[in-house]
Amino acid sequence: MEIGKTEPFACEVYMTGSNTSVNTDHSATDTGSVAFPQDRSCPYHPPTAYQPLRDERPLARVQLYDGRTVWMVTGLAEARALLADPRLSSNRENLAFPSPTARFAGIRRRRTALLGIDDPEHAAQRRMLIPSFTLKRTASLRPQIQRTVDELLDRMIEQGPPADLVGAFALPVPSMVICALLGVPYEDHDFFEDQSRKLLRGPETADVEAARDALEDYFVRLIDRKQKERGDGLLDELIEQRLNEGTLDHQELVDFATILLVAGHETTANMISLGTFTLLQHPDRLAELRSDAALMPAAVEELLRYLSIADGMLRVALDDIEIDGRTIRADDGVVFSTSIINRDNASYEAPDQLDWHRTSRHHVAFGFGIHQCLGQNLARAEMEIALRSLFDRLPGLRLAVPADEIPFKPGDTLQGMVELPVAW
Amino acid sequence: MRIGIDKDVCIGAGQCALTAPSVFTQDDDGFSALLPGREDGGGDPLVREAARACPVQAITLHD
Repeated sequence: MEIGKTEPFACEVYMTGSNTSVNTDHSATDTGSVAFPQDRSCPYHPPTAYQPLRDERPLARVQLYDGRTVWMVTGLAEARALLADPRLSSNRENLAFPSPTARFAGIRRRRTALLGIDDPEHAAQRRMLIPSFTLKRTASLRPQIQRTVDELLDRMIEQGPPADLVGAFALPVPSMVICALLGVPYEDHDFFEDQSRKLLRGPETADVEAARDALEDYFVRLIDRKQKERGDGLLDELIEQRLNEGTLDHQELVDFATILLVAGHETTANMISLGTFTLLQHPDRLAELRSDAALMPAAVEELLRYLSIADGMLRVALDDIEIDGRTIRADDGVVFSTSIINRDNASYEAPDQLDWHRTSRHHVAFGFGIHQCLGQNLARAEMEIALRSLFDRLPGLRLAVPADEIPFKPGDTLQGMVELPVAW
Repeated sequence: MRIGIDKDVCIGAGQCALTAPSVFTQDDDGFSALLPGREDGGGDPLVREAARACPVQAITLHD
């Protein structure tokens, strides 16, 4: 494979790439000119253009759209250490915080609840939410998730093939589940799914800001209604136990609602659509999974590792950090490409292979450190139930058009399928 | 084995309880806790994996 050349659809090509050598000679490599982020050439593999970065572990250099060079962490052990290091900050108000895109840079900087702040403020916010996302609470939601999945599959079967799996299944499953959890009326889903898409993908700064304002406005009105008439959901609990008690302010509650709603459906929707596509492209692995239902939790973990849909977490250094004989300086930007990190061949054998029997649990698909995904246990439950039921109920599931005609998302946002035409 | 859990550090990710469910659970606030009678880890080899899975290193093990 010619390094750096983007193949139109490199699912097979990528597998033949040279990724067996671990290059530890820092002086010999100059990858600072590799741009980040870039589009994947295959929806389930890291961008082909990142190949030279991957060979340079555990740290490489990449260039952002504005010409700024930042660190890219490529080693799994180092990524786990750095993501847990309080000297790397998530504070987006910091002027040295790196911007992956022009539209991100143009956004009015202000505090972003949970995701965009550091401890101790972050811990105080997260602690209000963790009781609602424990393993036990998540397990108690399984029957409801199963009902949601069953109803959507009933409808798909009733309407008959073909269908767009994104619109008919992958998006509504997590969207309905997070609505029920938060106490958001699902009938508003066209509105908030559309705004979420604009919030994450723009394309322009103005689109992102307008989407953020629209979602905020929506939640201001919803919270107002809930204060007059209590509903049944996490937002109602937070109003009663936190807002009314003065331990949470109104803006924080609006921020929580926006972040939980967007993060709660966009991420899992991408995992379901891309997971399905990936399974259909790996018929042997799919057959193995179908023959042994007990493999599903391990398969979900492996798909999380393999697909790494949140491919580019950003931090800024608050202090000098020595790592692997080099120094990340204060104010340096650091990017974590989860698709590269989760295929670190120092940690995983044959990382480009899907393998339900490997121990994939120490991946960083949900991040690591204090910001590790709050909803990860809910996401696992949704993926398990959705994928198991989908292939049980539609045993003949297949792509309705050739794989290379199916659009997937650009590199500067969450990875996944734009649509997924299927038949059965 | 003695297992220590720093609840000031714990973020309630539940990775310990997911990895070694015979030893770890989450209390009502979402924080990591040891199951009654399993405070010594009960010889479960997954305890070490659970400590490693913790995203904030809130679990310490003493042999």
